[in-house]
Amino acid sequence: MKPILELDHVNYSYHSLNGETNALKDISFTVAPGEFIAIVGPSGCGKSTLLSLISGLIKPESGSILINGTENNAGNTNIGYMLQKDHLFEWRTIYSNVTLGLEIQHQMTPERLKNVDHMLELYGLSGFTKQRPSQLSGGMRQRAALIRTLAMEPDLLLLDEPFSALDYQTRLEVCDDIATIIKREKKTAILVTHDLSEAISVGNRIIILSKRPGTIQKIVPISFSIPNYTPMQSRNAPEFQEYFNTIWKELNHHG
Amino acid sequence: MDKISPIQQKFISNHQKRKRFVLCLRFLILILFFASWELSARIGFLDSFIFSSPSRILRCMAQMASDGSLFYHTGVTIAETIISFFLITVIGILFAILLWLNQSLSEILEPYLVVLNSLPKTALAPVLIVWLGNNIKTIIVAAVSVAVFGTILTIYTGFQSVDPEKIKLIYTFRGTKKDILYKVILPSTVPLIISTMKVNIGLSLVGVIIGEFLAANAGLGYLIIYGSQVFKLDWVLMSILILCLLAGILYLLTGSLEKRYGKIK
Repeated sequence: MKPILELDHVNYSYHSLNGETNALKDISFTVAPGEFIAIVGPSGCGKSTLLSLISGLIKPESGSILINGTENNAGNTNIGYMLQKDHLFEWRTIYSNVTLGLEIQHQMTPERLKNVDHMLELYGLSGFTKQRPSQLSGGMRQRAALIRTLAMEPDLLLLDEPFSALDYQTRLEVCDDIATIIKREKKTAILVTHDLSEAISVGNRIIILSKRPGTIQKIVPISFSIPNYTPMQSRNAPEFQEYFNTIWKELNHHG
Repeated sequence: MDKISPIQQKFISNHQKRKRFVLCLRFLILILFFASWELSARIGFLDSFIFSSPSRILRCMAQMASDGSLFYHTGVTIAETIISFFLITVIGILFAILLWLNQSLSEILEPYLVVLNSLPKTALAPVLIVWLGNNIKTIIVAAVSVAVFGTILTIYTGFQSVDPEKIKLIYTFRGTKKDILYKVILPSTVPLIISTMKVNIGLSLVGVIIGEFLAANAGLGYLIIYGSQVFKLDWVLMSILILCLLAGILYLLTGSLEKRYGKIK
């Protein structure tokens, strides 16, 4: 199958008056449609920078990033990006928050809005459309943020530690929820996280980045013996602990 | 509503009692102040020619109300304050947007704004008379100059302190700078703009009175200056009392505005 995303020898540095910081070095990998990739690594290794590069918000210094075979510079490819916090705007209702992206791109078409209504219904938010974000629980807010992203019907989803602002219990629930939603909508997704169990439970492949400058240290494919597992169930699979130990060692001994 | 428990009832009645107590004392201070002023004037402890007295002020008020000059002077001051207030608000917001849109411009202008903001604006007033003449233009420009630089700086700082991640969110939807302004920056700074307006209405009044001291033939500031020059202290103190009243009313008005729109955050 033709890859949806191809990174070829990507380099990126930050510049300041104090000097140059080499953030990412020689990053190459491909992602197939429908794949769920998790990226882990020590803090400051350039995980978030990698997502910003893929989304086209910043340009690589050298190397190329192809999405569906074309360079993403005019923003012609549809990428959904979920940030660490939900950033729902308090001055908007939930409904006008989830349609924010459509509003910005002037795509408030009946089909798109019907899709939004369908998702709100499906993910238990249809009764809250007229409420303000502060009236919702953390998990519900994160689901609203996901619907806001999915409303654009993106080909590729980028998730930048979207659960890190939640407390542990909500985090497990929301992670389960959102990973299931993404799989059901048959989206391709890249998740950045510093939580190993989270990465193992949702990812088809795990990319381990090294310390700064971030390079790809190892790519670990994940498969569980349980059929049709959800992220929560995968945590009980016999292979889970093995994967955890492998990646843990990889991060701590070489990183 | 659930039934209120006796303890809750007691809490509520205590709260109301306290509120009444505070209100009574507030009025008591007012009454005591005017009563002792009047009394001191009557027994000759204060010279009522210099210090006036509540009864003289009332008589003066009644007389000026009957020939309409009371409403004329008060009206002129109110009108000038409102015009200045609107100019300050509009210029402040527009200029802050301009600075936000153009990073280099704001960097270049920053020292000038800071100096102009710290400059005592009363120093400008005499110059303004010479440049603009003895008229309402001078008063409005004086009042605007008192508050406009602070407003620009405050609102621009507010724009800059908007969470950069919220701006990134708009960029992830491939929004433009215009989207960021209208969908993030302006709505999230509404509470700040309102609290700045609250400060500005008071400052406009200050500016207008400064202006009227120097360049006016109408208004409460004019009455104060003219009254002190011709030793009509009744006019002076009456004008000051009316200003107190105006300040109170403006405070209540802006307070209710803040209650309605100031809480979105």
